[in-house]
Amino acid sequence: MEKKKFRREPLTDTQLLMTITICIFVVMYLLAMLLLKGGFLHAQQVFDMLNDNASLIIVSCGLTIVMITGGIDISVGAVTSLVVMSCILYLNKGGNIFVAVALALGIGIAFGVIQGFLISYLEIQPFIVTLAGMFFARGMTTILSVNPQKVEHEAFSKFRDIKIVIPWLGYTAKNGNLVPARIELGVVVALVCLVLIFLLLKFHRLGRGFYAIGGNQTSALMLGINVKMTRFISYILSGLLSGISGFVFMMHTGAGNATNAAGMEMNAIASSIIGGTLLTGGVGNVFGTFFGTITLTTIKKIVVSSGLNDPWWQSITTGGMLCFFILLQSVVLSRRSKKKKA
Amino acid sequence: MKDNFKKIFKGGLGQLTIPIIAICLLVIFNLIRDPAFFSIALSHNNEGNLVLSGNLISIINGASELAILAMGMTLVTAACGGQDISVGAAAAIAGSAFVKILKSSPNINGVTVIAAFLFACVVAMIFGSFNGTLVSVFKIQPMIATLILYTCGRSIAYWINGGATPTVDSPIINAIGSFIPGIPIPTPILIVVLVAIVFKLVFHFTSLELFTQSVGINGSAARLNGINSTFIKLLSFIILGVCVAIAGTIGVSRLGLINHETLLLDVEMDTILAVAIGGNNLGGGKFKISGSIIGAYVIQMLTITLYAMKVSSTDVKAYKAVVIILLVVIGSPVIKAKFSKLMNNIKNRKPAVAKGAE
Repeated sequence: MEKKKFRREPLTDTQLLMTITICIFVVMYLLAMLLLKGGFLHAQQVFDMLNDNASLIIVSCGLTIVMITGGIDISVGAVTSLVVMSCILYLNKGGNIFVAVALALGIGIAFGVIQGFLISYLEIQPFIVTLAGMFFARGMTTILSVNPQKVEHEAFSKFRDIKIVIPWLGYTAKNGNLVPARIELGVVVALVCLVLIFLLLKFHRLGRGFYAIGGNQTSALMLGINVKMTRFISYILSGLLSGISGFVFMMHTGAGNATNAAGMEMNAIASSIIGGTLLTGGVGNVFGTFFGTITLTTIKKIVVSSGLNDPWWQSITTGGMLCFFILLQSVVLSRRSKKKKA
Repeated sequence: MKDNFKKIFKGGLGQLTIPIIAICLLVIFNLIRDPAFFSIALSHNNEGNLVLSGNLISIINGASELAILAMGMTLVTAACGGQDISVGAAAAIAGSAFVKILKSSPNINGVTVIAAFLFACVVAMIFGSFNGTLVSVFKIQPMIATLILYTCGRSIAYWINGGATPTVDSPIINAIGSFIPGIPIPTPILIVVLVAIVFKLVFHFTSLELFTQSVGINGSAARLNGINSTFIKLLSFIILGVCVAIAGTIGVSRLGLINHETLLLDVEMDTILAVAIGGNNLGGGKFKISGSIIGAYVIQMLTITLYAMKVSSTDVKAYKAVVIILLVVIGSPVIKAKFSKLMNNIKNRKPAVAKGAE
């Protein structure tokens, strides 16, 4: 009788899906290390993946929050692009970096507030509102400038070049020099965002509210959660994170283009799904999303380093992996629900 | 007669209120801006055929692919409560298959065109049933399931084309894309009419419409009533596949070449928008195909109006977004409820005043 008390709690859906993703990622990376060797043996490979995808990680976190509440935000990529373009134009006019950060956050929050208001208080379908948001942001980007822009701002360039250097994780290059591992500031921002959102979702009242309204809106209402307000805040958070992501994107590339971050929304959705978030709401975890992003990138890296250089191989393998993950999730979840019933 | 009129006035046109209001607003706006916008001319084109030309014709002509896709998308939306975001990519695949067959035959005649079209249909139906199986059998949300094809669809088209953009030059293809000699109306318009009639006939002679609606409103209830909801969902995706093949064929025929990267680019978003403007609930259930068709024309009219106002093609999206937001705000349930409350208040006050006067 005593033993029963210590029975382990079964994994929740969220944890299960995330565990599967992490396992697959680890197995895939180990296989790549064994079979492909090359860059995969260096720590810099991981850091490069993080450096390149810091803004995608941030955006995906925001999208995960919205998806947990059962909504969707497809404007994130376009907002990122708009932020990049407007900040660069502002900086090139000789602006201040802090004002540029404020501008980035402001644009993000403005999109979040308007979209959130339309979705939660006027009850318009989120897909349509954020689709219009996406059109608007893309259109505004080209109105600002059709031509690619480059940052010419001394202070910003210096700020951009700050990198965290870890010598002992470096590797020896072919010419015998020791190349230390480098991490960009954007990655730090991304990780801070990740941890903050994880804490918010796990321990804060608001975060639990996101899960509640995603799981069942009516019961959330009966529990006394302000459903409209909570949903409103989820879109503001997503907008804010798109703003941050725009700034990080600019720090990484240092240039703005009307087609910046094209297709980022779909990549973000794909990472959230691979990380175990369900579009129906109520299930999801930002750490899963983080691993989803890295898994997606690893797939692309593996395809490139196995010599399949044609661009179409990348998207076909990404599509195939996506199919595999989606089917796996569907099968696992349906088996679990059958077990529960029995 | 009077009652009917009152009913329409009171309850509105139901679902069609928003699209019709939108199209009226656009027409009035254009009439004020420039009445010549609506002029239609009958002139000879380069090949010496008598053809209709003018903004109105180019609106209706340009929206053809969108209208056809919107019809199929309405069914998918109604049955599955979600949207297919892979239609653009699937159309690129279907177009490539169409061109592949045409290229492999020595000379292009009516039979080869029909064979190529049928082959494109089969290919699009196979991809449609792939999406449909994921949605209906594996119970995956449509947007996620079609994300797979959205990601890799254009790459598959690239692979079919061998990385090139093959061209086809034939009077028959030209006739499908622009005008049949002797008929002044652009052929794509005729194809839309044909597809709409086929849908109407199917709905009239089968119970597809009823079944689709009941599956969309409550899948398990429909199943308990003996409707095979899995099959209905799958069927809606296959029908969308046929629509995709038709749209892809028109798109290829217009240009006479297949470019896997630009053929019907971003059409999926416009299609979903057309379905939503048509007053259909994106969560599934009741639907009206006619609403979606009007929605498609609203979008195209908006685009052409903006072009006529000398807005550059890259900036159009921003203005389009503002108009879309205005439209959906007018159509939102909260605003509607507030409006009808206001109307009731005004109505109730009048008799009170009259009584007071007595």
